[in-house]
Amino acid sequence: MFVILAVVIMLSSVATVVTKSIIRAATYLLFVLLGTAGMYFLMGYTFLGSVQVMVYAGGIIVLYVFAILLTEGAKADPALRKAKDASWGFIVSLVGFLIFLFVLLKQKLFAGLVPALGAPSEPTGTDTTSIDYIGHYMLSTGDGGYLLPFEAVSVLLLACIVAGLLIARKR
Amino acid sequence: MFNFDIVTTWLHNLLTGTLGLPEWGAILTESILVALAIITIYAVFAIVLIYMERKVCAAFQCRLGPMRVGPWGTLQVFSDVFKMLTKEIINLRQTDLFLHNLAPFLVVTASMVTFACLPWNAGAHILDFNVGVFFFLAISSIGVVGILLAGWSSNNKYSLIGAMRSGAQIISYELSIGMTMLTMICLTGTMQFSEICADQAVNGWNIFRGHLPAVLAFIIYLVAGNAECNRGPFDLPESESELTAGYHTEYSGMHFGYYYLAEYLNLFICAGMASTIFLGGWAPLHIAGLEGFNGVMDAVPGFVWFLGKTFFVVFLLMWLRWTFPRLRIDQILSLEWKYLVPISMVNLVLMALVVSMGWHF
Repeated sequence: MFVILAVVIMLSSVATVVTKSIIRAATYLLFVLLGTAGMYFLMGYTFLGSVQVMVYAGGIIVLYVFAILLTEGAKADPALRKAKDASWGFIVSLVGFLIFLFVLLKQKLFAGLVPALGAPSEPTGTDTTSIDYIGHYMLSTGDGGYLLPFEAVSVLLLACIVAGLLIARKR
Repeated sequence: MFNFDIVTTWLHNLLTGTLGLPEWGAILTESILVALAIITIYAVFAIVLIYMERKVCAAFQCRLGPMRVGPWGTLQVFSDVFKMLTKEIINLRQTDLFLHNLAPFLVVTASMVTFACLPWNAGAHILDFNVGVFFFLAISSIGVVGILLAGWSSNNKYSLIGAMRSGAQIISYELSIGMTMLTMICLTGTMQFSEICADQAVNGWNIFRGHLPAVLAFIIYLVAGNAECNRGPFDLPESESELTAGYHTEYSGMHFGYYYLAEYLNLFICAGMASTIFLGGWAPLHIAGLEGFNGVMDAVPGFVWFLGKTFFVVFLLMWLRWTFPRLRIDQILSLEWKYLVPISMVNLVLMALVVSMGWHF
């Protein structure tokens, strides 16, 4: 099951980057995000998987598609882009990849990961993180509570909404 | 009361014990059986609902509806299905064929996964985990992507306008659906569908238990659910007089059939959710103090209760559809953002107050 999901995620991610049509790229990205949600479900994190589907597949992708349709970006031809932009993108992604590799090797995550990939992971049905647990920690002010970050995020969202209204209002 | 666990345990024991399959083989076989069963039920319910829609519509317009094919026209829908299956799927020029062919599958997949969330009986639920309601809302939001892609890939401005209207409408009304479900979760204290039903079998249906805020939430849910299915007074994404048929104008054959299927099944799923969350799902009707009456009600199996309630809500939604005239797009959006969302927010606070003060039954 892991292998199927991994192949789907990898193929779709490659397709996202190499495709010529921007709206197709958004569709392939949808499959990548759904595959990631599938990974979470495989690990038994049903809440995280649902959030992934809700926020990314249902929210972000719809937003992308809407933005593309409304700005007529669907008609733009990405093949006309300059080589300079492409080389900048190449350098940035190479640096990102190197940092990722560095962190991965430094933390010795890889050594622990390789045998885990070989053995078939048993989907655990019993010790899933229950939503009660998440809810209690989200709203607790005590040790290990997340109320302050939670409120900070909601203030950020409120600021975004106000800013959106300010831009969209009729003058 | 009949518990479906008996059937599933028997099947599992038959596969592992009598046939000697290993554990993974048994689970694989069961998954395939469940998938086949759900696809069959999906198709059968679509046929039943289309027949019902035609008859109800005819009754509201003082007509008879389909009468010629079979007794009372019962075979009409079957012949329509065969017609749809044998029609040619037309590929358009100058469109993105891949996305054009993918879009109906996205819509129908989202609808089928949400269909699998419904609790049919005690012990007969297919997708059931601790964040069930949230998962239901998440999966149902994928259908919007299919609709938008369908509109764009048709290379037709009417389809695109239809898809944009539909997308805006579905995204807006999802908010009210989420709010009303949150209100009811506040009352039940769980997001797992099986527990919601089991809770209502013991404590009484949520709509009676939560009295005022629950009834308000039920009404908001019906309005928003009707909009979510692109039906009723909110069917302007496919208003024939302006946009031919909206986002699925350019589809033919079975690809159009998928949209048709998904539309009717979304109606069923919407009604099924209403009956699960508000009307008790498979929980029978109990009246405190009448032991004999409760005993008779317990004898009726749970899936009969579930289907009965669901078809009752389906009838309510059809009644709404064929009674009210169509709204304009700005009226639809202002109804949602200026009336339904504030009301459901106030309702959520009211429900929180009722639950914390213990005013519910």
